[in-house]
Amino acid sequence: MNHDAYPDNYIRGILNSVKSIAMVGASPVNVRPSYFAFKYLAQRGYDMIPVNPGHVGKELLGKPFIASLSDIGRPIDMIDIFRNSSHIMPVVEEALTLDPLPKVIWMQLGARDDLAAAKAESVGIKVVMNRCPKIEYGRLSSEISWMGVNSRTLSSKRAPAPTQGMRLSLNRMSVGGGDTAASDRAAKNKTEQS
Amino acid sequence: MSDRLPGFSTLAVHAGAQPDPTTGARATPIYQTTSFVFNDADHAASLFGLQAFGNIYTRIGNPTNAVLEERVAALEGGTAALAVASGHAAQVVVLQQLMQPGDEFIAARKLYGGSINQFTHAFKSFGWNVVWADPDDVASFERAVTPRTKAIFIESIANPAGSITDIEAISTVARKAGVPLIVDNTLASPYLIRPIDHGADIVVHSLTKFLGGHGNSLGGIIVDAGTFDWSTGGKYPMLSEPRPEYHGIRLQETFGNFAFAIACRVLGLRDLGPALSPFNAFMILTGIETLPLRMQKQCDNAKAIAEFLAGHPAVASVSYAGLASDKYNQLARKYAPKGAGAVFTFSLKGGYDAGVNLVSKLQLFSHLANVGDTRSLVIHPASTTHSQLDDAAKVKSGAGPDVVRLSIGIEDKEDLIADLEQALGA
Ligand SMILES: Cc1ncc(COP(=O)(O)O)c(C=O)c1O
Repeated sequence: MNHDAYPDNYIRGILNSVKSIAMVGASPVNVRPSYFAFKYLAQRGYDMIPVNPGHVGKELLGKPFIASLSDIGRPIDMIDIFRNSSHIMPVVEEALTLDPLPKVIWMQLGARDDLAAAKAESVGIKVVMNRCPKIEYGRLSSEISWMGVNSRTLSSKRAPAPTQGMRLSLNRMSVGGGDTAASDRAAKNKTEQS
Repeated sequence: MSDRLPGFSTLAVHAGAQPDPTTGARATPIYQTTSFVFNDADHAASLFGLQAFGNIYTRIGNPTNAVLEERVAALEGGTAALAVASGHAAQVVVLQQLMQPGDEFIAARKLYGGSINQFTHAFKSFGWNVVWADPDDVASFERAVTPRTKAIFIESIANPAGSITDIEAISTVARKAGVPLIVDNTLASPYLIRPIDHGADIVVHSLTKFLGGHGNSLGGIIVDAGTFDWSTGGKYPMLSEPRPEYHGIRLQETFGNFAFAIACRVLGLRDLGPALSPFNAFMILTGIETLPLRMQKQCDNAKAIAEFLAGHPAVASVSYAGLASDKYNQLARKYAPKGAGAVFTFSLKGGYDAGVNLVSKLQLFSHLANVGDTRSLVIHPASTTHSQLDDAAKVKSGAGPDVVRLSIGIEDKEDLIADLEQALGA
């Protein structure tokens, strides 16, 4: 997979197929991006599991914090890692010890570890880096258009008005896919410099 | 689902719009409302905390305006956009995110006269210091960079003379200085030039002109290219630091490559207040659907009229980048191959008086202070749009006393030429 620019169909396929998502680094602080994403994905019907050893004994929106991936004790479809790039590898290594393996490992906006990605991909796990699943879901469903964001999708079909807890259709026509060409280039230059 | 890039005209009609979820209305409805009900207290809190997508109050966002925003972002190749009440409002909101009192920004000397005025006087009172540079001399931008420089501002096609700016060369200066390049793309519209493809980090428009295109609605817009890294060195605290307005959210961290557009909305528009009326957004959206058709015809007409004027004995000179002999023709071929725009100037051998005389005799051209209308327009900048400037600054910005500015419309070019001929003749 080229991790500089993802085709929309790749992201769409992941968001349409996964049901359970373990969020590593989930925060109970309601101004943290992980909290935003956790809440949004829960409202869109995903089975969310907060993983953070620092908050065991507490709950995030009614879900108990779990100390580590191995403690979840049931199969999970996707791991969403809310950690800096330098903390990705140990999480991926732990994920690779799970049985069954997760289908997807997703690294948050700003996080990228190409070595860890290659490791996961070598055992058939799909990897997404430097993206936010909330933003991608909002974009492909065009719900994010309320904020003037370029969803890069089009549709002449009438969609129902989104309500609390509703799954939205992500099957709109894509405009080029991935990010805009200019923002992709900028992200790539940044990766190459660092 | 296929991943293919639709053409510009398809985006001009479709981007951002879909049938109304409630009624099935196909044209974008005018959501003429100040406010939107919340589902419950938690929904309200999520919206106010920027956690959920949705509508609160029209000063922060409106569904009609959102369609306009997504459409222009798509046409410009940006990640997001924010519509505001006017082009001038867009400029204030952009710079408010970048500047602290005492900071500087570099601006091209060739700009719309109102922008020169805004930068020189209004912004000075905010403690934002403009430093002028010459768009025909890229090194003058480099020389103007200091540790307090926070942005560079240029027009793609400059008002009033239609000169073309070397966006790529100036974007290299901006990149080296570590500051964003802001391009006012009003006179080109994304149909002719997409500044983001040439290195712009932020694009602004007066929607009042070619995008709306019918001379009936004021509006402005800010497009985020998603290219600038705001996190470095604490230079742009509105984007990189925890915002007390939002309980400590860091916008860049939370919104990634559209954080600048969000900052303009939730820190700029929300607090300064220049909201666009949804009715104006509807009018401008309708205009944008025909942008490619209008813009091409206006460019083609402009070229024919510039050629006519260049051959007329009463005309001293014509400044239109679409003419092979023009100083900016090379840049026009590179940046605007479909046409060099529809706004240009010419000067009359008879000087100031001949200009006044011409304007009074024209029957089809309207004498008014706007550009980018379906109708052809004429003005004498020295006594109107650029009248605040002293004589030297007038000449430097391309608006000397003998200069007349035209904005060519979509009428039949033969009729426009006949009108100019009769007015120049006697
Ligand atoms: C190039 C340019 N930028 C900005 C503006 C300001 O736009 P508005 O009148 O919508 O505030 C104008 C208006 O003439 C313009 O021509």
